[in-house]
Amino acid sequence: MKPAFSVIFLTTLIGAGQGLFLALFTHQSYALFGLLPMQSDAFYGYGSALALLLLCAGLFAAVFHLGKPSYMFTRAWRGILQWRTSWMSRELIALPAFMAGVFVFGLIHLTGFRPVMVTLPSGLPIDLSVVAGVVVTLLAFALFICTAMIYACLRFLREWHTPLTVINYTLMGGSSGFILAAFYAASAAPDQADFFAGWAIIITVLALIGRVASLIRNARLKPTSTIQTAIGVKHPKITQRSMGAMGGTFNTREFFHGKSDAFLRAIKPAFLLLAFVLPLLLLVLSLSTHALLGLAFILQYIGLLAERWFFFAQANHPQNLYYQTVG
Amino acid sequence: MTQLALVIDLNVCVGCSACVTSCKEWNTSGSAGPLVDERPYGENPTGTFFNRVQTYEMGTFPNSETMHFPKSCLHCEDPACVPVCPTGASYKRKEDGIVLVDYDKCIGCKYCSWACPYGVREFDEQQKVMKKCTLCVDRIYDMSMPEADRKPSCVKACPTSARLFGDIHDPESAVSVAIREEGGYALMPEWGTHPSNHYLPRRKVKMKIHADELERADNPLKLDHQLPMPDKDASTMDDASAW
Repeated sequence: MKPAFSVIFLTTLIGAGQGLFLALFTHQSYALFGLLPMQSDAFYGYGSALALLLLCAGLFAAVFHLGKPSYMFTRAWRGILQWRTSWMSRELIALPAFMAGVFVFGLIHLTGFRPVMVTLPSGLPIDLSVVAGVVVTLLAFALFICTAMIYACLRFLREWHTPLTVINYTLMGGSSGFILAAFYAASAAPDQADFFAGWAIIITVLALIGRVASLIRNARLKPTSTIQTAIGVKHPKITQRSMGAMGGTFNTREFFHGKSDAFLRAIKPAFLLLAFVLPLLLLVLSLSTHALLGLAFILQYIGLLAERWFFFAQANHPQNLYYQTVG
Repeated sequence: MTQLALVIDLNVCVGCSACVTSCKEWNTSGSAGPLVDERPYGENPTGTFFNRVQTYEMGTFPNSETMHFPKSCLHCEDPACVPVCPTGASYKRKEDGIVLVDYDKCIGCKYCSWACPYGVREFDEQQKVMKKCTLCVDRIYDMSMPEADRKPSCVKACPTSARLFGDIHDPESAVSVAIREEGGYALMPEWGTHPSNHYLPRRKVKMKIHADELERADNPLKLDHQLPMPDKDASTMDDASAW
């Protein structure tokens, strides 16, 4: 497939935003049960604002995936109508819902409006920010599932049609967000940075395992469709002589990444290094000095862009069987 | 329930592309607006077509055979492109099974084209919406036309009548009979999309002659080659051929 930069930026930016929110609420949950020192409302509030900023940037990138950006105002609202069948429609509901949730969560912290909603049997008071946090956490995971299922549900794009797609989108978003949280904490609450960095190491290792697993899986895939089933002729040697167009068509532009095999082969180790190995190294080093956390996030983000590019480019659409020779 | 579809006889198609040009002509002139053409007379002309004729070669020269293969939307009975559309712009008509795009609802995200294994949807780079074969829905129901013309443009244009059009759910329709009796098949059956359009395979007419058929069965006396050849002018009923 041809990787669309709008979608690459959308998925990586909202992934980082989701991960950052999850990191903040994880910290708040730990603090709620007294496992960590509770931070100021400003810490969670401005962290949520940062997450919201990433989500808005992602949404902005998504506008360029529409046929015309003006469709955002004239037609995009229709996108929520087909939620019964379309994962993209579900994403279009989950993304604004999650953004609104992060906004409310941040607002609760920044205004300090935290009435106690319920008291646990142990006597622990659960205030509004915790209730909101739980709801928004569920929305964050719902959004990860919706985003990844857009690709995982296409059964004949077999590189994507696996639970690993959903798992990896979640883990990579989480990894990116927790590293950003560590970077944010390094300046906003330096004594808490190691907590985020620790979790970031765990999630990044899991993400590396998941991504390598999907690479191994995809390397072993055998195509289901062949030129024989595509045109319905039983002959071991079939050659296309003409695709019915000379100057290229939508079908030759949209379904091929347009780069050489060598480029595709080179980008794989590059993203594994940038998105997983180097950030892990920097995270481990950052346990002693926090100066490297910003670099870790930026390097990993570049790596995730490459990863997402590869994710799209690697998928081989069966329609390409019909478009092999200009002729 | 009706399911309109095309049946394309690959045994008859000569690859002349008359269906391609007539399709483009009809569908670029309709109320839905033109089908884009970019650089039509330039170096790399490109544009949106609903129908294309491709050519395949089976085998290696000299033992090879050429097949022309017209490809357009198959109007699947279980279309993978329809449920993925977030806006509902892509839909399958209940009354006749035609898969259509509402160009006024399409947001141009191209997701439906990703979900179609056949690559028959083409994005219009000018209108920025997805387009596809409509089975000439603006033609087949046009009562101002003579009934013989109420067929898709491509069907009307085919000089060899390689394209049949009809309801594949009606067992007595010409298309159903053709599919049933001429070995009609669907493309990429492995995905379970149940394409409505079918293709009739290339098939050769062969006559098998057995050795005993070379001898006259009505020659009980085994007189073949034994009698003298009759005179040219002699009356012959049967024996002339027996010489």
